[in-house]
Amino acid sequence: MATHPGGLTAEAPPTTVRIRNLIRSFGDRDVLDGLDLDVRAGEFVALLGRSGSGKSTLLRALAGLDHDVTGSGELSSPDPVSVVFQDARLLPWKRVLDNVVLGLDGPDPLERGRAALAEVGLAGREKAWPVELSGGEQQRVSLARSLVREPGLLLADEPFGALDALTRIRMHVLLRRLCARHRPAVLLVTHDVDEAIVLADRVVVLARGRIGADIPVELPAPRAHGGAAYAALRERLLAELGVDPTAQEENAA
Amino acid sequence: MSTEAAEEVTLKKAGLTGGTTGGTVIGTTAATASETTRPPGIAPGRASRRLGPRRRLGLGRPVPYGWALGPLLLLAVWAAGSATGLIDARNLSAPWTVVTTAGDLIENGRLQSNLATSAQRAALGLLFGVLGGLILALVSGLSRIAEGVIDGPVQIKRAIPSLALIPLLILWFGIGESMKVITIALGVFVPVYIHTHNGLRTIDTRYVELAETVRLSRTAFLRHVVLPGALPGFLLGMRFAVTGAWLALVVVEQVNATSGIGYMMELARTYGQTDVIIVGLVVYGLLGLLSDALVRLVERRTLSWRRTLAG
Ligand SMILES: Nc1ncnc2c1ncn2[C@@H]1O[C@H](COP(=O)(O)OP(=O)(O)OP(=O)(O)O)[C@@H](O)[C@H]1O
Ligand SMILES: [Mg+2]
Repeated sequence: MATHPGGLTAEAPPTTVRIRNLIRSFGDRDVLDGLDLDVRAGEFVALLGRSGSGKSTLLRALAGLDHDVTGSGELSSPDPVSVVFQDARLLPWKRVLDNVVLGLDGPDPLERGRAALAEVGLAGREKAWPVELSGGEQQRVSLARSLVREPGLLLADEPFGALDALTRIRMHVLLRRLCARHRPAVLLVTHDVDEAIVLADRVVVLARGRIGADIPVELPAPRAHGGAAYAALRERLLAELGVDPTAQEENAA
Repeated sequence: MSTEAAEEVTLKKAGLTGGTTGGTVIGTTAATASETTRPPGIAPGRASRRLGPRRRLGLGRPVPYGWALGPLLLLAVWAAGSATGLIDARNLSAPWTVVTTAGDLIENGRLQSNLATSAQRAALGLLFGVLGGLILALVSGLSRIAEGVIDGPVQIKRAIPSLALIPLLILWFGIGESMKVITIALGVFVPVYIHTHNGLRTIDTRYVELAETVRLSRTAFLRHVVLPGALPGFLLGMRFAVTGAWLALVVVEQVNATSGIGYMMELARTYGQTDVIIVGLVVYGLLGLLSDALVRLVERRTLSWRRTLAG
């Protein structure tokens, strides 16, 4: 994929996701209305937005899952793209390892699948049925299934939304570690402002069908909750989402 | 862990073990449970007070061989009736007569040869019916156009009992074996088609999406998602199919046959041999039970990913 300099420094990684003027509508309602977004290779972008703002619609467009949706726009993404859904979406009739290597080609898929399972801490569970795993374990299998394909882009739609708070923190740590190793570009949809700050290099907020705010997260590496910079960023994101009472009126539309 | 929480856990365990009194249950389970900090001497009193009035609303433990109670009772009534002469042997032969008749029929080979004929008819009808139903269901489940062509006629066929087609089938195919096999196959293919088709159509679209994101080819999609997804439906259809096959068999063998269990019974009717008729009924019953058990065995084997859920 060609590099888009776009006035950035020379050592910046190339743009791997490029969206221009993306429109997606349901009926006569434009859910995405001329959206532009760039993601660089290896960059971790969190996508925030109120419920119904079109986050899933955007992700499905990037994943190529929106067959029956009307729309237009320019959209380029790397190959392959992996998706982590909110539900782990494992085939219940396939054992864990077979789920991980589903549709995987290339040399030695089973061996790579085993390695991926070990990476997410599930070595030894290869032969388990999905129903035998806890929700967190299932989601880890789903992560393994995504990462074993070495995706250029990892799309995740509220992947930890169904997990309890403790498991979620563990998954954050795991996801950061995996992303540091595999370096895919990531677009993570979340409702959780803290999750966005802890994980992402950049947070974008979707509002009125476009990227309303695009905020780099410049906090030192182990990002514990708390601290002045953290709190300021958190407040700013909440305001963008219209949670701040002073901002409520203008965002109420 | 707080005492309250610990007690909750223990109570749940105690509740599960059922009938035993509170004190002993707490004494044994508290030792195995993870909360070892709580002194066992204090809680049992409190726990048993809360356990005491709890009433069991469920059915309780199953009685061993409980399913045999009814049939045994029936057999006892039958035997008693025959022995006392309350049941006329011309209406219903005594159980021991039936047993000796069965022995005679086996000895002179009549039962086996008739059974072989019947089993062959049922097996052939089942084979063709299942194949037909399966193929039609797959084709119509995977293509909208094929569904338009196939589904309507099958639904119409479904409304006509296949046994009502026998006169027509006799005119078309004569009274030979092919008519019998076709009648059975017609009865079999409908449930197989309906349930397999339904199984295909109710495969979760989320799995279809998943297949798209991992870029499964069309054949891989069929193999890894469609067929396993439709398997539960197909097996359910199989259970109806097997029952249907025996039902159709009974009818075709009593209408126009010169061999088979049904023919043996029909012949016995003309001579008033109720013992032979009963032997035939028992054979039909056993065949039905056996084949259903077989399908269920296959179900358990192939759907073991679900068994873990059902326990
Ligand atoms: N298949 C569909 N048919 C009709 N309308 C749809 C469809 N999918 C989404 N929409 C509409 O598009 C809008 C955006 O939906 P989308 O699922 O993208 O929101 P979201 O930002 O992901 O919300 P949430 O955070 O609640 O998941 C919603 O108003 C929704 O009603
Ligand atoms: Mg959504």
